[in-house]
Amino acid sequence: MAVSLAPTFTRTRDRLDWRQGGIVAFLLALLVAFILYPILRVLWISLSDDAGNLTLLHFLNFFRRPLFRESLWNTLQGGFLVVFFSAVMALPLAYIIARYEFRGKVLLQTAATLPLVIPPFVGAVALQLILGRSGMVNLILMDWFDITIPFMEGLTGVVLVQTLHFFPFILLNTAVSLSAIDASLEEAAQNLGCHGFRLLRRITLPLMLPGFTAGSLLTFIRAIDDLGTPLMLNYKNLLAPQAYLRITTIGMDDVDGYVVCVVLVILSLTALLGARKYLSLAEYASVQRSAAIPRKPHGKILALIWLMIGLILGMSLLPHIGIFLLSFSKVWSFSVLPTTYTAGNYVEILFRAPHFVINTLIYTLLAAGLDIILGAAIAFLLLRSRVPGRNLLDAIATMPLAIPGVVLAVGYLRVFHGWDFPGLGAPLTSSWFILVIAYTVRRLPYTVRACYAALQQVHVSLEESAQNLGANRLRTFAKITLPLVAGGLVAGGLIAFVTSCVELASTIMLVPRIELGPISYGIYLYMQSPLGRGAGAALGVVAIILVSIGTYLTHRIFSGSAGRAFKI
Amino acid sequence: MRRGSLLGALLFFFLTVPTLFAKDVVIVTSFPKELFETYKKSFEAKNPGITVVINSKQTNEGVTYLRETKAKPDADIFWVSAPDAFQTLESDGLLEKYAPPKEIMSRIPAKIGSFPIHDPDGNYFGFAISGYGLMWNKNYLKAHKLPVPKEWTDLTNPKYFNHLVISAPSRSGTTHLTVETILQAYGWEKGWALLLNAGGNMGSITDRSFGVPEAVISGQYGIGVVIDFFGLSAIASGQPVEFAYPSLTSVVPASVGIVKGGPNPQEAKAFVNYLLSEAGQVVLFSPEIARLPVIPELYAKAPKDYPNPFKKKLGGVNFNDTLSSGRRDVVNSLYDHVITFRHKELRDAWRSIYKAEDALAKSKSAGVAQGKNLVAEARNLASQVPINDKKASDKEITGAFKSKSGVKAQLETEWENFARANYAKAKELAEKAVGLAN
Repeated sequence: MAVSLAPTFTRTRDRLDWRQGGIVAFLLALLVAFILYPILRVLWISLSDDAGNLTLLHFLNFFRRPLFRESLWNTLQGGFLVVFFSAVMALPLAYIIARYEFRGKVLLQTAATLPLVIPPFVGAVALQLILGRSGMVNLILMDWFDITIPFMEGLTGVVLVQTLHFFPFILLNTAVSLSAIDASLEEAAQNLGCHGFRLLRRITLPLMLPGFTAGSLLTFIRAIDDLGTPLMLNYKNLLAPQAYLRITTIGMDDVDGYVVCVVLVILSLTALLGARKYLSLAEYASVQRSAAIPRKPHGKILALIWLMIGLILGMSLLPHIGIFLLSFSKVWSFSVLPTTYTAGNYVEILFRAPHFVINTLIYTLLAAGLDIILGAAIAFLLLRSRVPGRNLLDAIATMPLAIPGVVLAVGYLRVFHGWDFPGLGAPLTSSWFILVIAYTVRRLPYTVRACYAALQQVHVSLEESAQNLGANRLRTFAKITLPLVAGGLVAGGLIAFVTSCVELASTIMLVPRIELGPISYGIYLYMQSPLGRGAGAALGVVAIILVSIGTYLTHRIFSGSAGRAFKI
Repeated sequence: MRRGSLLGALLFFFLTVPTLFAKDVVIVTSFPKELFETYKKSFEAKNPGITVVINSKQTNEGVTYLRETKAKPDADIFWVSAPDAFQTLESDGLLEKYAPPKEIMSRIPAKIGSFPIHDPDGNYFGFAISGYGLMWNKNYLKAHKLPVPKEWTDLTNPKYFNHLVISAPSRSGTTHLTVETILQAYGWEKGWALLLNAGGNMGSITDRSFGVPEAVISGQYGIGVVIDFFGLSAIASGQPVEFAYPSLTSVVPASVGIVKGGPNPQEAKAFVNYLLSEAGQVVLFSPEIARLPVIPELYAKAPKDYPNPFKKKLGGVNFNDTLSSGRRDVVNSLYDHVITFRHKELRDAWRSIYKAEDALAKSKSAGVAQGKNLVAEARNLASQVPINDKKASDKEITGAFKSKSGVKAQLETEWENFARANYAKAKELAEKAVGLAN
């Protein structure tokens, strides 16, 4: 944002610039080493021929092939449909969260994060057991009406599952935007005789548009890059699965897979830049504002609210219900509910393999901490300095949003494996720290955005006043800036923690040995055998509980600001 | 920041120091937890002082991992089912040659059926035999009133439409061998006709081998094409499923190989020796593992009704391994472009054909004869592949899959367009036939 800081800086400008320049250089070196270079090493394949020379042939071939054109079209179509249906689900809930105050709201906010956390594999199995062609719903339908509904087939299935999975992005963003609308604007309209639907249409909707747009674009990007859903539904004519299948197919260095990756990256970055451009036009920081005071609903309205919540969250938490049931089941085959129950699955994961849970906590908390430090530093440079190179930092830090986990993992193996990392006595890829790095990098885009949003809302005049009163920069930062942005920082850390808990794509490739694996890896291991389904689901339940506790605490401590984590 | 890096250095220290003194054997494997945990326990009991370190990865990811880490391998052992994964590693020069002691090797025959159990060059060794077959969910078949399948040819039964599941051969080395078995048992043209017709009957084509038993166990689909131990171990764990070998099937060894330049070569050899010795082989009989040992005399100690691949006439096909591995990329890509990625069109075509045949069988109209001709033509169109077996093994074509020249993209586009056009035409003809029946 073009907030002028010139007066503050004139006195010590040279020294400050030098120091900030050093930080930028250091951060740039970090990001290039762990993001840009590994990714370019992999994607170079798509731009070179057999002799290693530059060629665009592979990209031309992409557009010549009907299969890829079809996949591109399906991807775009799916992305837009997901955004549309997510908006339908999210907007009523966002309005309720922003405008009403009632008992149990924190629970609602916690539950609204859970759809984002569908543990890999078990999520798929659980959803099949409920919505699949021989799932709970269809078995009942078959029994009562002798019909079945193909919820989970083809592109329809992908759109359904992705909608249930990603709609919180729109929900949380819009809710933040709604509660940030200056109440005086609505009051002014009301005083002028504008009420009800007209008020909503003319004042409220336009003002919440920035948040809604941000959420929609994030949903769009996540939907087109999402690999888990199409794979679990075995729908392959989309870009993300085409890239994955071709890259990981045995014995073939299939260049087309990497080309599809690059196309995906371009699509995502275009969407992202579009979003930025739009938002930078529409959103500004304010020194202070009078937020709307939430109403306390009673009677019929309260009942209606809970009905709505029950309906929407009930639907989006179906996989979680399925996972819970599966975790207590021994045999669940072609029946509405499991036929044999057991608690043995929990005994297995808590006593025989507790390291999965412990590792997850260590890795994800470390990654979240690193993300907060990096995110805050980058956001600070973006907003409070004019050092050249800071926008480059931002661009590189955003890239992982569009890079498939597999590509990043292969890049890491390619770059870091051959040599001993200084001070480690072994290659970086032989230690578990590579997982922390991968998680940090994969979630960095979220924390940068969250920190940016938090810092943006602290007007620079507050810091200037502190300095005018004699505080030095460090003291100003510690006493003024940090307390004001802490909520946003923690929110950013939260989303890094939440999504890392179930990160799979890069995990499988990078885990150096089984004892060092996190929960997502443990689930993968258990799900490879018929005996392990229940234990895998039990691990999934643990992941969901960890995430719930994290989210609940964050909402409790920093009420409301957690939503910022999902801003872009 | 500084304290953070100090903490990091400390963590690194505690992490790496213990591994410097203990003797490990690091194993990359795609096998399920039950299998490697049982072996870890029994091997460590017999070899005190050696710790088995497991690095579990899907077969494809394991191969990629070994390739990307070849400059300084972390792993000592590669241990998976699919023979083609070992062939790939061998041609990349990532495996260490080894000759296990004579007293171990003398108890294992050179071949099972026509398939050599060990790599003749000593790069990898078969430690268990696997056959391919069909597993089905008893509850599912009962609820949908479907017959129990026996042969590969049963997969083309119109009754099974939308009830079958298979994994893509490009994704699963074991499925690739099943596809090759069918191609070699019935010949290229008849084999593909069978695969295309069965492909039209598939409800789903998964990308993980384990996706198939999972779908059958949970009852999403009725019948799955699987490797035997998926079926046998599911039965052993109390799931309502059954498994059978078709009469024309091939049996193939699951293997183990030593990684070239691995950190613990002595321990790696000890592990291979253990796996091939009697002590290691009897472990395979445990119900949660349920695999077939390579030492024939051990079957005397097997549980009741245990299949014996050396006695039972399982190897109905004289499996030609050279032919199979030579055209692997072509067969897999062909399967993907005419079946996996065109699954919707293929299913639509076969659905229309079945509908037409049904209508014609019931009809008494004058157009029945003409309708039958149309359906026969439709069947023919939905049963063809764009290249013959000579071309599939042609050096120029197989070479295109190893290069970035763009020939591969061209071939795949041709195949895709061929399939698309044929299936659309077949559907059109079948629909015309329905019109004649009314």
